[in-house]
Amino acid sequence: MSLDKEKIKYVAKLARISVDEAKVESLTKDLNSIFKFIEQLNELNTDKVEPLTSILNQSLRSRKDEISDGKIREKILKNSPKENEEFFVVPKVVE
Amino acid sequence: MSKEKFDYFIKGEKGKYEVVIGLEVHAQVLSKSKLFSGSSTKFGADPNNQVSLIDSAFPGMLPVINEECVKQAVRTGLGLNAKINNYSVFDRKNYFYADLPQGYQISQYKNPIVGEGKVLLDMPYGSKEIGIERLHLEQDAGKSIHDMDPSNTYVDLNRSGIALMEIVSKPDLRSPDEVNAYIKKLRSIMRYLGTCDGNMQEGSLRADVNVSVRKEGDTNFGTRCEIKNVNSIKFMQMAIEYEAARQVELIENGKKIDQETRLFDTKKNETRSMRSKEDAHDYRYFPDPDLLPLKLEQKLIDDLKKSLPELPDKKKERFVKEYGLNAYEANVLVSEKEISDYYEEVAKLSDKKLAATWMMGDLFAMLNDRGLDISKSPISAKYFAELVQAIKSGEISGRIAKEVFEIMVESGDNPKKIIESKGMKQQSDPKELEKIINEILSKNKDKVDQYKAGKEKLFGFFVGQVMKLSGGKANPQLTNEILKKLLKG
Repeated sequence: MSLDKEKIKYVAKLARISVDEAKVESLTKDLNSIFKFIEQLNELNTDKVEPLTSILNQSLRSRKDEISDGKIREKILKNSPKENEEFFVVPKVVE
Repeated sequence: MSKEKFDYFIKGEKGKYEVVIGLEVHAQVLSKSKLFSGSSTKFGADPNNQVSLIDSAFPGMLPVINEECVKQAVRTGLGLNAKINNYSVFDRKNYFYADLPQGYQISQYKNPIVGEGKVLLDMPYGSKEIGIERLHLEQDAGKSIHDMDPSNTYVDLNRSGIALMEIVSKPDLRSPDEVNAYIKKLRSIMRYLGTCDGNMQEGSLRADVNVSVRKEGDTNFGTRCEIKNVNSIKFMQMAIEYEAARQVELIENGKKIDQETRLFDTKKNETRSMRSKEDAHDYRYFPDPDLLPLKLEQKLIDDLKKSLPELPDKKKERFVKEYGLNAYEANVLVSEKEISDYYEEVAKLSDKKLAATWMMGDLFAMLNDRGLDISKSPISAKYFAELVQAIKSGEISGRIAKEVFEIMVESGDNPKKIIESKGMKQQSDPKELEKIINEILSKNKDKVDQYKAGKEKLFGFFVGQVMKLSGGKANPQLTNEILKKLLKG
């Protein structure tokens, strides 16, 4: 797999990372060399190997269905871009 | 009931088109707290008051799964006759939106908790099986409010992180009617199970609708469009009709259908493209490193299976066998758990068939008029059964029963008390009836002569007079018998 400049810009856009046009060239080169390294793994035949999701052979820890959190609006809204007592206020997003 | 033939096609100029529909239903799991946090799920709270640091995605917070949500998903899977997967994985679905503070939704992609299943629909043209592709658990997003401020969007995260079950059907649905039946059946099953309240007004049940069309007889699917987030059955049906017609027109004009996400505008009754979501389709799923795979012990699944309540299909069978109802009656009476519970209580205390008839007639009409659920019925099951018994035993006639019914609705009173205090009891004493009838016959000698001379239409006149004189209380069957006997003599 190799990445072209367009792909780099697309991935950056998806991740909401702003990339300087001047940097795209060198970024493409760097990422491609990383991919080339990873490509070596494809030389192994993994047809009969289940994908490994976690290296721990344990199951998920769970909790009881109880209300134990919430009612901390003031704390949470401190991170709102604009001041409001009840809501997060963000620039208009409309479909 | 005679079987109708399936007939839902879009007629174009170049032929008939079949509509192919698949649904992704998002059903909110009934649980006290959220999927990965301890905040409350209660509807209608003050904005942002049911939000934890996890729900608002503060750095360093770790999700811990709610075991009840897992059980609810398993119960629902069992109710859909589906395969439960002992091993499932939570993935991150990445996209940016103001009401998704994490920047990803925790969902299940390659390994869902529930696999293939099926749902049976009763259609006028027979029973139809709809395949279930999968059911997986995921987080709900917050709510964006666009109309409170001209230049800003307000975000309420109370819903953020509540557990949803996404139930994906196979593309087996073929008409808006089938979609209606499918959603109602799903809702009914989940309400029986107590896994989702199915309240569409509060957004507990909503769906993405996939629509494509193809010429009648074609076996390949056409290109589909996905209509996002439709929150009522009526809107789903309208959206499908509009979208199918739009696609047929494109095809007939030799144009291509773009596979895309569309939005249903309920005011204009049309679907339109959501260009902004185009990139969003690249979700870059990967296993959530904060969550280990979910492994279910077979014993847990077996135990849950044993504890399931009787579901609508089974109950319907039993109603037909045990209570002698026909398939249609049984279907209506099992459609909601509360209705079936009410019916069974009534049937225990009264005539089973007559109870069904009166419930589906007068009781449903009254509840419908008043916009009430059966759980809010002004007439209790016990009193309703007494009314049915009073009709069955001949104590009151069907016509009087309607009057008693009205009084019961207004007063909530016991029917026995109403019948007695208002003197509504049916006159079923043959001697008393004979007395009344003789009185009428002697008052109308001329008509009796005419009747005997062959004018048999007059029989109705005599019955009418008996009813009038008895204040509508004469037992109609007995009146007929005695009248016939006396007119012969």
